[in-house]
Amino acid sequence: MSIVETPRVTRTEAPVRDGVIGRSPLRPDGIAKVDGSFQFSSDLHAEGAAWGATLRSPHPHARIVSIDVSKAWKIDGVDAVITAADVPGKATYGLIAHDQPVFASDVVRYVGEPVAAVAADHPETCRRALEAIDVVYDELEPLLDPEAAIAGTHPPIHPDGNVVRHQRIVRGDPDATGEVVVEGTYEIGMQDQAFLGLEAALAIPDSGGGGVELHIATQWLHEDRGQIAACLGLPEDQVRLVLGGVGGAFGAREDISLQVHTCLLALRLGKPVRMAYDRAESFLGHVHRHPATIWMRHHATADGEIVKIEARFVLDGGAYASTSSAVLLNAVTHTQGPYRCPNAVVDGWAVRTNHLPCGAMRGFGVVQACFAHESQMDRLAEACGRDPVEIRLRNVMRTGDPLITGQVVESVAPVERCIRETAALPLPDEPIGGRDADPMRLPGGAGRTADVGHVRRGIGWGVSIKNLMYSEGFDDYSTARCRLADGRVTLKFATAEVGQGFVTIAGQIARTILGVDDVDLARIDTGVGSAGSTSASRQTWMSGGAVDAACRQVRERLFEHVADLHGLDPLQLEIDGTDVVDTLGDLRVPVAAATAGQVFDETVEYRHRPTVDLDENGQGDCHVAFAFVAHRAVVDVDPELGLVKVVQIATAQDVGRALNPLSVIGQIEGGIAQGLGLAVMEEIVQVDGRIRNANFTDYLLPTMLDMPPVVATLVEEPDPQAPLGAKGVGEPPCISSTPAIVAAIRDALRDDAGRARPLVRVPVRPQDIALSGTASPDG
Amino acid sequence: MNEHYVLHVNGRDHEVTDAWLGESLLDVLRERLGLLAAKGACEQGECGSCSVLVDGDLVCSCLVLGAAAVGRAITTVEGLTERGTLTDVQRAYLEAGAVQCGFCTPGLIMATHDLLDRVPEPTEMEIREELAGNVCRCTGYGRIIDAVQQVAVARRTGAGPA
Repeated sequence: MSIVETPRVTRTEAPVRDGVIGRSPLRPDGIAKVDGSFQFSSDLHAEGAAWGATLRSPHPHARIVSIDVSKAWKIDGVDAVITAADVPGKATYGLIAHDQPVFASDVVRYVGEPVAAVAADHPETCRRALEAIDVVYDELEPLLDPEAAIAGTHPPIHPDGNVVRHQRIVRGDPDATGEVVVEGTYEIGMQDQAFLGLEAALAIPDSGGGGVELHIATQWLHEDRGQIAACLGLPEDQVRLVLGGVGGAFGAREDISLQVHTCLLALRLGKPVRMAYDRAESFLGHVHRHPATIWMRHHATADGEIVKIEARFVLDGGAYASTSSAVLLNAVTHTQGPYRCPNAVVDGWAVRTNHLPCGAMRGFGVVQACFAHESQMDRLAEACGRDPVEIRLRNVMRTGDPLITGQVVESVAPVERCIRETAALPLPDEPIGGRDADPMRLPGGAGRTADVGHVRRGIGWGVSIKNLMYSEGFDDYSTARCRLADGRVTLKFATAEVGQGFVTIAGQIARTILGVDDVDLARIDTGVGSAGSTSASRQTWMSGGAVDAACRQVRERLFEHVADLHGLDPLQLEIDGTDVVDTLGDLRVPVAAATAGQVFDETVEYRHRPTVDLDENGQGDCHVAFAFVAHRAVVDVDPELGLVKVVQIATAQDVGRALNPLSVIGQIEGGIAQGLGLAVMEEIVQVDGRIRNANFTDYLLPTMLDMPPVVATLVEEPDPQAPLGAKGVGEPPCISSTPAIVAAIRDALRDDAGRARPLVRVPVRPQDIALSGTASPDG
Repeated sequence: MNEHYVLHVNGRDHEVTDAWLGESLLDVLRERLGLLAAKGACEQGECGSCSVLVDGDLVCSCLVLGAAAVGRAITTVEGLTERGTLTDVQRAYLEAGAVQCGFCTPGLIMATHDLLDRVPEPTEMEIREELAGNVCRCTGYGRIIDAVQQVAVARRTGAGPA
């Protein structure tokens, strides 16, 4: 891990300071987070604030015949009742297509769709008011089968039809065949982001009446502002957003949830309004990971070299478009995984149904593709008589290889190194149940159900490629302002801090570039240009790039100032530790002294290189950059009870450069926990369009007992395209950890002939293990 | 909405006035007493974000009615730092990288104090079992376990404040 820039002339180097790039300084918000004083959006109060609450559809598909709010108005303490008729601006919003109504007015399209909102003096009064609203529905046949949406056998549930996007990719010779052919159909369940900090907001109307200030936990302040202002019928400068403390995001805060409703109520009342979802409402109020059905057929040579991949993706986007078209793009363009593939024929559909809307979740389409391609790689290994590592190494992608989109991978692509370094990590040295035969270490844990004699261990692999940043021609940028005065830096940006630690590395960048120790972070709000979204593993690269560029511009002004004072050329100055030094002479001035009485203030927009849309054959340089990772899972399985205990995850991740190693480890372990959740625990269950497990008793999240130790190696090969050499690290950990765990379960369940169990859906449920018996690997 | 009672929180009496009897201890702490460290995330005792001590027992404050805590000694995270300094557990969480979004942190800090007061040198499996009632969605728990172990070692060797 390199740290400060190397001086061009030999001299005594300043000691490495704790707060610079490559170190792991304390989070600037850390003390407030451990002493309980950090203000999450649910902690925000305002004098005289009313509470808001939302009435939601109980039906997956119905026509609204009438809405009678008169009884709600009669309840003491009720201040406001609003419906679609009270939306002064645009009736709909959405991240890509604006197809989602602020309130349903004619038709409801999913269970949980907002129909009305109330404001009152107490949450309990709100609850009673919602119960008093009388909505008459005429139920319609719900569209619940994505295949029916594709086939057009169900009437359109939106005026523009049920298919959000169809994308085809054709590469090379579509008729190419291989000596070995393996195929399978894979299913991915609907996962919830399950951030702990529930949706909450505080809207404060301007005293003059016109505008509103919204304090909100979100991933992208400026995108929210645009959508909110349009619905409120206000110019954007009358809507100011301030980041409320964010209790996790993982994609679920990229779409609008309660933002517009809270502002509408506050503007209607002329006083502050708080809204807060409970857990059940949160499951209805934000988008989820797309459930998917993916068919893949791999053709390979007899010794396992991939010749062609055919695939068909069906993503259920639920009732509204959200980011479905971008999720589909990611899914189909990652069909091949981190492997060379000269020929491909891929078709993908993202469709609307009357299920819960789906959109962004960590991994964004690549999670689904990866479960399919990694399951296929294991089938290919079996068919070719090779082991899982061997088959992957046989096909690894390298920098300069073309993807099935024709795009050449220009990113550093250390796939082979990720695999080899993962393989070099030690396997657990303890037997099943541990040396002390502790039942807590067995599948079933505290239930003490498994008999150690029946438990079998398996090892599995998963390797992945993930695009970084936004794709397909999106003009993606981030803005940062750097102010240096009297030896102190103030940074201002609108980058949503959601827990990942951008606030920490922003200070590290400034300390490294400017040679200061004191860095203040201004409030995160819309008082500066957009930072883009905290998603797509993009903020270290994009906002890190913006902070870096703003600090470098300020440094140029500083050098010009010092050079002017001392009759030097600014180009011969540089920062060494906390001093400005002359590389050709003896001058050494502390930055604090050099900036006394001076103010240097620069604002910079950072942009990544442009991308383009795919053409009709799915060809084009649609992605910016890529990161890679390998995972190896060790699991213990009780085949009779269908219970799994994940024993260890080993991983080597391509991080470019670890700006803050402790934060990187935190992203790796946290991402793997979510990958484990999808592998064996987490699924939103819907029956007839109704969610059956909208709570943490029935939607199972990994606890400390479910999460195994992680052994990790950071593969640091700085990417020359990245402003700081650093790649985003948030998404890769949750992508191939899932197929690695499932592969390990299959391995543990090999039959007497050594054939692995073809588990083809995630999460793997106890019945999938205990009741399905052994089937042929090609089944 | 006209209940009046007194809660003893962090060594002081707090009057609760005009309350609705159905409010949980979590709601009363947060909305009526302005003690916001305890968080609500599941409201059914599954996630531990609202953990506080009631007469020395670790409880989910979302599962206790405020009025049922009358006459009991309640301790929240705010009560740990009344002297203005972080406890060894808080400092370890900070330094070990156990904090990301921080929403689970107050509950986990209460649970960790409770664990280490009862079991000064827990094994890794004991830590996992004892803290399995506190869900963290960001960290994957590795750095949290590290923080707990660091405190246990420091207390044993006298390297940190007890």
